[in-house]
Amino acid sequence: MTATIPRLTPAPPPGTFLGMPAFPRAAKEALENQQLRKNLRHVTQTIRAKRSTRAEEVENWEDLRTAGEQIKNRVGRHLDQYLLQAEKAMTEAGITVHWARDADEANRIIVEIARAKDTREIVKIKSMVTQEIDLNEALEEAGIAAWETDLAELIVQLGHDRPSHILVPAIHRNRSEVREIFREEMGLWGVPAPEDLSDDPPDLAGAARAHLREKFLRAKVAVSGGNFIVAETGSLVIVESEGNGRMCLTLPQTLISVVGIEKLVPTFEDLEVFLRLLPRSSTAERMNPYTSIWTGVTPGDGPQDLHVVLLDNGRTKVLADPVGREALRCIRCSACMNVCPVYERVGGHAYGSVYPGPIGAILTPMLRGLDSDVDKSLPFASTLCGACNDVCPVKIPISDILVHLRNKVVEKKTAKHPTVESTIFGGVGWVMAKGWHLALVEQFAGLAGKAMKKQSYIGPIPLPVAIAWTRSRDIPVPPEQSFRKWWAAREEEGK
Amino acid sequence: MSAREEILARIRAATVDVVEKDPVTDVPVDWVYDQPTPLTDVLDTFEENILDYRARIVRTPASGTADAVVAALAAVGAGSVVVPGGVDATWVAAVEAAGIEVVRDDPPLSHDALNRVDAVITGSCVSMAETGTICLDHRDDQGRRALTLVPDRHVCVVTADSVVSDVPEAVHRMKASILEGRPLTWISGGSATSDIELQRVEGVHGPRQLFVVLQE
Repeated sequence: MTATIPRLTPAPPPGTFLGMPAFPRAAKEALENQQLRKNLRHVTQTIRAKRSTRAEEVENWEDLRTAGEQIKNRVGRHLDQYLLQAEKAMTEAGITVHWARDADEANRIIVEIARAKDTREIVKIKSMVTQEIDLNEALEEAGIAAWETDLAELIVQLGHDRPSHILVPAIHRNRSEVREIFREEMGLWGVPAPEDLSDDPPDLAGAARAHLREKFLRAKVAVSGGNFIVAETGSLVIVESEGNGRMCLTLPQTLISVVGIEKLVPTFEDLEVFLRLLPRSSTAERMNPYTSIWTGVTPGDGPQDLHVVLLDNGRTKVLADPVGREALRCIRCSACMNVCPVYERVGGHAYGSVYPGPIGAILTPMLRGLDSDVDKSLPFASTLCGACNDVCPVKIPISDILVHLRNKVVEKKTAKHPTVESTIFGGVGWVMAKGWHLALVEQFAGLAGKAMKKQSYIGPIPLPVAIAWTRSRDIPVPPEQSFRKWWAAREEEGK
Repeated sequence: MSAREEILARIRAATVDVVEKDPVTDVPVDWVYDQPTPLTDVLDTFEENILDYRARIVRTPASGTADAVVAALAAVGAGSVVVPGGVDATWVAAVEAAGIEVVRDDPPLSHDALNRVDAVITGSCVSMAETGTICLDHRDDQGRRALTLVPDRHVCVVTADSVVSDVPEAVHRMKASILEGRPLTWISGGSATSDIELQRVEGVHGPRQLFVVLQE
């Protein structure tokens, strides 16, 4: 018998995102979850209606989007210059700057800092990038407990679960599920939920406040992401709603911020563009409740030991693709998810990535490469309707990049051997090449049409390949008379 | 090669197609910065948006500020209040006269001691009408960041001349504080969450009640 080491934090579900089934299968499973579909419909429809109101309120919204696009393009195309400028400004302000090529290196840096502080736990601000590098599990292995402090992330963590939306990660849970999770789990890891906890959201938020306050007041080290770094001044920006971010940024003595290298803006003035675009596109508010901006260490106020980890982890690969690099403008608002007809039905888990929805379908395969089945399937997880392009606050042409990536996936596949699709299109090419080729095929179609006179459409065809297409699509019965014949008959009559 | 050198080398290799090396020439930005948002009445809009966040606001002439602060503390149910060093002495005197316990942050209070105080009174730096946002730059009349975070109630005095139309003007005004290295906190209503079934709940970790005293 092997001894199991007791966990410091609730265990996540088994497996990793990468081990998940490719999108078509994962989507099918998600579609069968009625609760998920109901919650998703509610959240996506509500937020997208509000977002549209908040965008329309701003008279020059389109100019603002263009500004966001241009500023971020400027950063991406000259990223080395801006990173060096930011590094210099941050260092001068008293921040220790680290660089990490990949997730492992970033995790190692963070574990080392935490160990040097002799701490057994850290508090965390909700951050996409620390999920991307799977920091919590790296800390757990190093004997350090990582506590999520955002309400939804707390629900996800205590529920041994995964986030399903980047803005409202626990949206797949309803209030009674949240109450059960709090009742069963809170007491195992800290201040328990009150005995008489109801499933009223204010009550549930109150239980989270009490549970987390103990952790905030005693924490020595906090970990955050970062929404923006101002290259010119070395200032970091974090936008949030609940105040858990401010707790983490203010109370512990040490703060480590992990930030993707693309998160820069050139000047402080540029924030006037992004701090209008982001809240209106994200939570659909005129402004989010709290925004914190800090420029290095302030003596006597907040953490006195500040670290920033600048993370690559695939971003330079994205940058190297002149078409795909536009995705690096993303400010993680989630507007594209809320308008996406595919996301609205399948939810975040099916994408097999911390970045779901339209942006995830382009960013994930570019960050990770087109090797796994999940990543190869993601560019196809879209109807190419283009709604995401229209709401994106930094005008990322998501559907163009999807098509670009589909092309790459197909090229990769056909490089080895021809696919069924390419064989079929070869056949179509022959038919279309000469008039008499088409006429010949029409002869057969006409015969088939006569044979199926009584039917109005063709249902599933039980043949390989054909079944995949016809299982969910009806084909009209071919007409008995082809256009070619009808035209000839008409000419004959006219004589 | 260090991670720093390697990442920079990867970036340079990834952007070889970028010929123009001056970012400003390479990608012009058409935006015109620091433009006001046209509003019929800046202060009325500010008041509306504060109320929209379900925070409270009272408007008073300068002579009535001390009384308004006392009334606000009573309205939020505060029995004790922490007062940053630079807060107007006449307000503090009025608060003490009203029988509310005044706590000083000198020497700095421990997290636990601060957690036991009911409320905080502060001034503010700049406010934005269109978004109902108050900005603190944590000068002496606002105190270090923990003071406006840990206590459950925040009474904040905003002067009429510090209210601007919208984000661009506010960012322009706050540049000086950034250059001085001051941290900034932007507050738009109380803390809030919509994480459970998208139902908005006011008050999670930050002060659950915000009371604004607008001094005209």
